[in-house]
Amino acid sequence: MNFFFDVGRYFSMLKRVFARPEKHRMYFKQLFLEIDNLGVNSVGLVIIISIFIGSIMTIQFAYSLANPLYPSELIGLGTRDTLMLEFSSTMLALIMAGKIGSNITSEIGSMRVTEQIDSLEIMGINSASYLILPKIIAVVFIFPFLYILSVFFGILGGLATGPLVGVITIPEYIAGIQWLFFPYYITFSIIKMIFFGFLVASVPAYFGYYVQGGALQVGKASTKAVVNTNILILLFDLILTRLLLT
Amino acid sequence: MIEVKNIHKSFDGNEVLKGISTRFEKGKTNLIIGRSGSGKTVLLKSILGLFDVDQGEIWYNDRDFTKMKQKDRKLLRQEIEMVFQGGALFDSISVEDNVRFPLDMFTMMTTIEKQKRVAFCLDHVNIEKKAFRLNPSEISGGMQKRVAIARAISLNPKYLFCDEPNSGLDPETATVIDKLIQSLTKEFQMTTIINTHDMNSVIEIGESILFISKGKKEWVGTKNEVLNSHNKKLNDFIFANKLYAQMREGN
Repeated sequence: MNFFFDVGRYFSMLKRVFARPEKHRMYFKQLFLEIDNLGVNSVGLVIIISIFIGSIMTIQFAYSLANPLYPSELIGLGTRDTLMLEFSSTMLALIMAGKIGSNITSEIGSMRVTEQIDSLEIMGINSASYLILPKIIAVVFIFPFLYILSVFFGILGGLATGPLVGVITIPEYIAGIQWLFFPYYITFSIIKMIFFGFLVASVPAYFGYYVQGGALQVGKASTKAVVNTNILILLFDLILTRLLLT
Repeated sequence: MIEVKNIHKSFDGNEVLKGISTRFEKGKTNLIIGRSGSGKTVLLKSILGLFDVDQGEIWYNDRDFTKMKQKDRKLLRQEIEMVFQGGALFDSISVEDNVRFPLDMFTMMTTIEKQKRVAFCLDHVNIEKKAFRLNPSEISGGMQKRVAIARAISLNPKYLFCDEPNSGLDPETATVIDKLIQSLTKEFQMTTIINTHDMNSVIEIGESILFISKGKKEWVGTKNEVLNSHNKKLNDFIFANKLYAQMREGN
């Protein structure tokens, strides 16, 4: 029963979120703050994770494709396709659900328990829209850029590490990342990122917005938000892959 | 003026408000007093529309709040401000920006006009200029309450609600906050409703006092009448503190 209650309340919250804003200028101001807070502040983490994952995948592909019958270019191809199709979209979204999602839940949840949300409501402001809409737009907007950044730095990580540890040469790696390239993979992953961005912002916002109690409950809501967002990301990954790729 | 008529409110079958009717006058500090759990906050939040009442009417002058559409309620809310128990200041922005927030949201004032208004409001509650750029977490509890009051008066509200505005403050600061709310009520001719269980506030600023017990209206009067009432429940509440019992004996 709780599941249906939560689903219903989530959609009724979304209805309020997408209501007409009181003053567009204030929402835009908030949007730029959120792009900086949720998006730009995540760039460093995305770059670090992507470089390491790109490097590790190159070494692992080299290990798996050690048979001399396989061309070395497969290492570059494998690294590129794994990054483009799954890591830089789904895995990155799962990581961001932890970073951005818990941030959103704890921020909105703290505002709820300290009556800041009641204060907005009493002023006549649609608190759901004012607090959540800029976050959703900011995350949906920034996620495709994070995806591109992640693919780029992941491939760069492989390019730096592969030759360094002696599993592949630079020309072989570069030939590999250009081999059998399908631009549709990028379109597909950007579509996924838009969906994931929406989930990463809206689901944690829901858990924060309806939190009741104090600091302990905000912490619990944060954990619940991350777990539920991760499950939904994987579910949508499955659905979108089935719909768009097969 | 705000008038409530026979309001009832239940939560999961537990009736918290049991047919309360009363009137809160303009230009007066109207106090709601009662023990913890007596229904004070539920009454306040019901009047504000944060809770929908099960039965009864709430009138803001000649407007029936209970029958209003959401759109009209939103418009009315721009005439209402509230000072929360914890201040409820937005902690991500400065003191100055907190007071400016309602002006940014609801007025077409120029930047200079807004600056003047913010300075006027903060000056009225005795906040020094050097605190304007600080964040709420960097100022004391008493100052936070004063900033919350400054934010509340920034749009010249007709109705001001205060939920235990001096809880957690030392007696001297609490008195300053009480006097400040009273003087602003007179100056701006607001209808002010204060929810409190602080007897000092009752004695200091209780121009009209509503005592509720177990969700029912028990007694209505003024600060001059409260110490000499014959209502047993009210006396039990007030004279739980021996100081007030002695005050009554010494008249």
